[in-house]
Amino acid sequence: MSAKTVNRIATAVIVLVAAFIVLLLAGLLGYIIVRGFGHISWDFLTSAPETIKAGGGIGPQLFNSLFLLVLTMIITVPLGLGAGIYMSQYAKPGRLTDSIRLVVEVLSSFPSIVVGLFGLLVFVNLLGFGFSLFSGALALTVFNLPLMVRITEQALAGVPREQKEASLALGLSRWKTITSVMLPIAVPAIVTGTILASGRVFGEAAALLFTAGMSSPRLDFTDWNPFSPFSPLNPFRPAETLAVHIWKVNSEGLAPDAAEIAAGASAVLIIMVLLFNFTARWFGRALYRKFTATK
Amino acid sequence: MDQWAVKQDGNNKQSLTRKPSKQHIREEWVGRIFTTLCILFLIVTIVAMVYFVASRGLSTFFKNGVSIGDLLTGLKWAPEGEPALFGALPFIFGSFSTSLLAALIAAPLGCCAAIFMTQIMPGAGRRYMQPVIELLAGIPSVVYGFVGLSVIVPMLRNIFPGQGIGIAAGSLVLSVMILPTITTIATDALASLPSGLKEGSFALGATRWQTIYRIVIPTTLPALLTGVVLGMSRAFGEALAVQMVIGNAPHIPRSLFESASTLTSVITLSMGNTITGSAHNNALWSLALILLMMTFVFVFIVRFLERRNKR
Repeated sequence: MSAKTVNRIATAVIVLVAAFIVLLLAGLLGYIIVRGFGHISWDFLTSAPETIKAGGGIGPQLFNSLFLLVLTMIITVPLGLGAGIYMSQYAKPGRLTDSIRLVVEVLSSFPSIVVGLFGLLVFVNLLGFGFSLFSGALALTVFNLPLMVRITEQALAGVPREQKEASLALGLSRWKTITSVMLPIAVPAIVTGTILASGRVFGEAAALLFTAGMSSPRLDFTDWNPFSPFSPLNPFRPAETLAVHIWKVNSEGLAPDAAEIAAGASAVLIIMVLLFNFTARWFGRALYRKFTATK
Repeated sequence: MDQWAVKQDGNNKQSLTRKPSKQHIREEWVGRIFTTLCILFLIVTIVAMVYFVASRGLSTFFKNGVSIGDLLTGLKWAPEGEPALFGALPFIFGSFSTSLLAALIAAPLGCCAAIFMTQIMPGAGRRYMQPVIELLAGIPSVVYGFVGLSVIVPMLRNIFPGQGIGIAAGSLVLSVMILPTITTIATDALASLPSGLKEGSFALGATRWQTIYRIVIPTTLPALLTGVVLGMSRAFGEALAVQMVIGNAPHIPRSLFESASTLTSVITLSMGNTITGSAHNNALWSLALILLMMTFVFVFIVRFLERRNKR
């Protein structure tokens, strides 16, 4: 076979594989959305789940997922920003910095179930937070923090050197330079990364099984006192999230329409993740345009 | 003028330096302390994690008197039996075989996608493939599990003997999940290849495939392997999607289409039903400790490959 024929065959195979991957994604998304869309209704989105009867909804789970996401971000963003700033601005190259980098790398590759078990031991039992949104948020923080650090570090590395030097030359302190000159430039990249990270947190389940729990109390959506045990805003109540609910319904669901509920909930989860993805892109681009005045 | 001070050094040379103001010093300290605390938090977290998982996982050996060899090589897992047996080999086998198979399926696909994006259609390929890959990475694992359970398992059941659940179903689901990891890293590696290498090859009259096969792939091999190892590491630690499709039987299966278990699936299923401090519970922590150790092994391999790559 001549080299040209081989070249043509190899190119065809590679193009076919690429097309296969695109089709795979289209098929996946199509399947999940088409299969679940029929089941999504206002009632499904707002009512509480049923254990044995058919017709349960995912209202509390959806709320728990969003609330947990907000809680996690409140804890993660400042910590991740701080650690990321340290890594990119204060850390001097050397053995210590190398080992911190290794720590971040190891932390990001821990299996999420191990993070969940750690949360069960430390946050739930040792610190006494119980199966609660707060324990879940802390576990997700551990899970999410390395990601935040990397996002911040990369975003700051993308800031032109001259900007930093000009600010330092004007006599501003290093911290002032970072917070008032460098961070605003890095904001579009940080925001995009953070929203993408939120998408991951939203779909995370393994780390939550043993921290936020697999049940949700009957929530009273008229009770907005954060200290009442039935209030949706109470961070110290157990909370099953949407992703955990899908897992539970699939593996031990007793309701006769368990498969439909799983399909509907999966569709909702996927739509939310897609929303996060598109928002991140759109928002990042909009911020970039605003800050850099490019058209 | 009080902000400025005339400094005189040893050689009687005068220089005008600006004395940092109080505000300046305060800001400097605020930044330093805040960021250092954040980093300390990270380090404390990882130390605590290793400490707590190890303290629980090791008590199987020290308190419950199970020998390490029995746990690693024992074939029978009967934690409630008389006598209780803690042989974790079936789970270790399940974890390794599913993640290896998943990597074997995903590696060629991911590399092809990366070659397509960087060598064959760099412009359009990247514009359309990149979002596809990112979306694949964004799909939550429980959704992969759900699709596996409702599409892949019935499909395998129709084609092959058995129930359809098992290592084959697990590794198929995992291969799609780790495809983005492998593709992203392979794409970065291929894109950062110096263009002179390729041009030289073309100038000698080589076809595109010859160039890819003889020049591009060998030069980027360590980076490609890094992607595969990272993908395997992700597959090894993945819990819920695998648990949903693998069947969770505590023995080594005789075929790919027979129910099996992984380390993660056993932990997921049993941890909630055991009493803290019991031998069964401690044994599960030992499995978690194995997972933790494997993470370190994977990170070590990745580091090793990266060092090779830099040379």
